[in-house]
Amino acid sequence: MPAGLPRYDYFDHDADTGVIGRGESVPQAFLRAAEATFALMCDPLTIEPRERIDVDFDEDDVELALVTWLNLLLAHASARGLALGRFELQKENNHWRGSAWGEPWRCGMDRGTQVKGATLTALRVTRQGRGWEARCVVDL
Amino acid sequence: MDIQRLHRIDDTTWTVPSAAAERRHEARLYGSRPLLEAMDDKVLEQITNVARLPGLVGAALAMPDAHWGYGFPIGGVAAFDPDQGGIISAGGVGFDISCGIRCLRSNLTAEDIAPKAEKLADALHRDIPAGVGVEGGLRLEADELDAVMRGGARWAVEQGYGDAEDLPFIEEHGRVDGAVPTNVSVLAKKRQRGEMGTLGSGNHYLEVQRVARIHDARAAAAYGLRENQILVSIHCGSRGLGHQIGTEFLVSLAKAASRLGIALPDRELACAPIRSPEGQQYLGAMNAAINCALANRQILAHLARDTFDRRFHGVRLETLYDVSHNTCKVERHQVDGRDRLLYVHRKGATRAFGPGHPSLPAAYREVGQPVIIGGSMGTGSYILAGVAESEARSWSSASHGAGRAMSRNQALKRWRGQAVVDELGARGIIIRSHSMRGVAEEAPGAYKDIEEVAEATERAGLARRVAALRPVICVKG
Repeated sequence: MPAGLPRYDYFDHDADTGVIGRGESVPQAFLRAAEATFALMCDPLTIEPRERIDVDFDEDDVELALVTWLNLLLAHASARGLALGRFELQKENNHWRGSAWGEPWRCGMDRGTQVKGATLTALRVTRQGRGWEARCVVDL
Repeated sequence: MDIQRLHRIDDTTWTVPSAAAERRHEARLYGSRPLLEAMDDKVLEQITNVARLPGLVGAALAMPDAHWGYGFPIGGVAAFDPDQGGIISAGGVGFDISCGIRCLRSNLTAEDIAPKAEKLADALHRDIPAGVGVEGGLRLEADELDAVMRGGARWAVEQGYGDAEDLPFIEEHGRVDGAVPTNVSVLAKKRQRGEMGTLGSGNHYLEVQRVARIHDARAAAAYGLRENQILVSIHCGSRGLGHQIGTEFLVSLAKAASRLGIALPDRELACAPIRSPEGQQYLGAMNAAINCALANRQILAHLARDTFDRRFHGVRLETLYDVSHNTCKVERHQVDGRDRLLYVHRKGATRAFGPGHPSLPAAYREVGQPVIIGGSMGTGSYILAGVAESEARSWSSASHGAGRAMSRNQALKRWRGQAVVDELGARGIIIRSHSMRGVAEEAPGAYKDIEEVAEATERAGLARRVAALRPVICVKG
């Protein structure tokens, strides 16, 4: 991960928001992009890891894999009514397997803005020094 | 935007001429010089990308409220002919399929609600499910959701939400043809189970408004509007179901475009020929999401009526009109004197049929379709009427909102939610929200000048102003 930069960050977009994840590997950059995405909806420090979501998919296009990863998490979190705060992801060839932890939405949570989906806009997965950076615009 | 890159046709019409060598049609932008100068250069890049898509008829168009979107700009309009290899694009519709505004007119005045405004705001905040992670009181099984997707607002009326008198005042009379629920994934249906009758978050709202000024007395009379009258506007869309359809087809159509040899200048323009299996698959799913959105707004209108009923004896909240913003619709339009069936994408743009259009309810046929432009919670909104000349200028389309002038990140750095609530409160505008972060992101200063957008929309010949509305209560998602 590039020295001095936060593990996740945001960039400007007129209507929506860009998310950035940084890590020592592509999967680590992806899970931090997930942290950035879900932090838009709820402060991760207020989320207890009571329930788990598992996702796995095949994708050989690494940029589409970022969008697929984020959108699968958003879909399953929405379908189960969960706020997510912790993520894991592994990659083997073109197969991606990940998990996320969170809890059902409850009163007292610091609510932000719902993320509708990850888009292909400003989508990039690039090597940055000795680490990786994954970014895309998410629709709010 | 660097407007030196554009050719000026008149005060509100700007163009990038077609270029045969680049296989690009004209890109045309409507708006005043200040609005265009304030637009991001990405708007120009995106609308010229749209002008390269196969089967485009005429120009790719950007409305006066256009801003940087994904694939298409928000405020982008483009029509495609299936007989000329025309495409349908998930990026041309967006994630929140059929996001739109239901506007209800009341028989109340601002003075009627003033003594009860705080309690009304509390009640609306309690009764209208809003915000991220908030579910509604209705949970639907898969077969019931299939019925929603086929029936739209008509389904909602059959279930007791509102009544049949609402339907003529909704686009497509509350239900689009061509919905194919089997094209919608199990996951999309799961996401929607608890989300019928919910507002969502972000720029979605329920707003109690007063008519501040009448611009066009004849159209206002036809729409049943008078100064100081109270209206209720509900801005929301197809919720998780639409988001999931958008998500899934964005990736699958991007891959299809590559497989079918469609060179996309931007992968976000994910599309397939209308007549291809992939195109038809998306069309059926998108129509299902449109019906879902129409049903959702019908349920929310019913919930708002219930809340008003309990507080105001004899109150009536009639549907003035219901417009959708993010759609691809099959419409007949005149092209070089010929009647043609086109697939009109409107992404963050409002359909704006002019006077005489057969789909309009009889009460509005002489004055044109109501066009509702939603503004920020601190400034106001507009009701306009469709005009005849917009058929030739924009496939009968107009602006849909004020449009953001500042990103959400910038807004968060500049404003605090509670300070925005307090400041608006001091101006007599009551805000209720579960998310102070959301309020800061939606601060009035983060939006363009609605007056400029409405005026430019009129001067560009897209729709004419009928009434200016000012917010009284805003329930934010």
